[in-house]
Amino acid sequence: MTDDRKSPAPEVPSIGASRPDVVPTHSVQDPAPDAAPRDAANWAAKVDRLTVDDSQRAHGYNIQGKRIAGPQQGFGRLWQRTYSADLGTAITPEELVADWRARFGDFWPKSGRFYGSVASIQPGDVAPLTAGGVTTGIMVLYADDTSFSFMTPEGHMFAAMITFSSEVAEAGGTLAHIRMLLRTSDPMFELMWPVAKRAEDVFWPGTLKNLAAAHGVHSVVVTSATECVDRSRLWKNWKNLRHNSAIRTVWHVARAPFTSRRGA
Amino acid sequence: MGISTATMKVASPRPGVAVILIAGDVTAACEQTLMTAHEEATDVGAKLIVLDFAGMDYMNSGGIGMLVTLLVRAQRRQQKLAAVGLTEHYRQIFELTRLDEAISLHDDADAALAAR
Repeated sequence: MTDDRKSPAPEVPSIGASRPDVVPTHSVQDPAPDAAPRDAANWAAKVDRLTVDDSQRAHGYNIQGKRIAGPQQGFGRLWQRTYSADLGTAITPEELVADWRARFGDFWPKSGRFYGSVASIQPGDVAPLTAGGVTTGIMVLYADDTSFSFMTPEGHMFAAMITFSSEVAEAGGTLAHIRMLLRTSDPMFELMWPVAKRAEDVFWPGTLKNLAAAHGVHSVVVTSATECVDRSRLWKNWKNLRHNSAIRTVWHVARAPFTSRRGA
Repeated sequence: MGISTATMKVASPRPGVAVILIAGDVTAACEQTLMTAHEEATDVGAKLIVLDFAGMDYMNSGGIGMLVTLLVRAQRRQQKLAAVGLTEHYRQIFELTRLDEAISLHDDADAALAAR
């Protein structure tokens, strides 16, 4: 465990207009001197390159050895997209997220397949997935009682961080959210964005509807919001094309008969 | 979005530089607080904004997402971001998420200013 003892926040170097601006909403208490950070167990350990578990190696060809790619490593415009559903009062946010983590792939619509482990989603997990015929994957970056987040590997359609969370609404119901911050990874995927966006608008609401139905809510309304955070494209990252998972999936499938014959 | 669980104070130790002192729990609920601090930093003409995390107690993935958004806004205004006061735990999270490729990491504000 990392020793995360903190020194008190230093005064900002001398001069200038010190401008207290934000009113604290709760008091911040000093942690015990030798306390590990509260979130230590929630984060994935640092890795430079992703490794797929042997049991999932057959589907992990577009993840193995890849690096994580966050939105700043992508190419296209930066979007923030949120899908939400109110599941009522039959389940708490903690219960919902525990079940979501335990059976994540079960709630996906049939157009996608998630090759996660049989156990609950845990920080650091690397899992292949197939969506829209393209095989790629995710790494679990963070997980706690009410949320979990994925990041995508190089070559995924989106350079993204995707967070699944739950909270209690003002009206008392349990809200489920899927929130993503994403750029398409390369120019080819950027061209496909209008189609991909529509597919996402079917896939993720479908996931929330399946999640709701699994908890007895059969007429859930899914709301969505989309904000373009940055309209500029990151042309310096056009070379991400070399990792493109769609191209690599086609190549993998095309040569599969020959590689399996050679292996026989 | 919930109630902000962090405090952020802005100081300008020298022309063109602003330091945002971050304390408490950094989550997506702090987005408006951070963006307000960023506006203040912009108002003093900062081209380098130093995020001082020495007082941070906790951060979740929503906090990282918020920093990505801040990074975009800063780049749009030709501002550079630097981070100081990160413990080894949080430094590794910056490296894991590759935020360190866009936000330079330093031990303290003096080092960030010297690297300017």
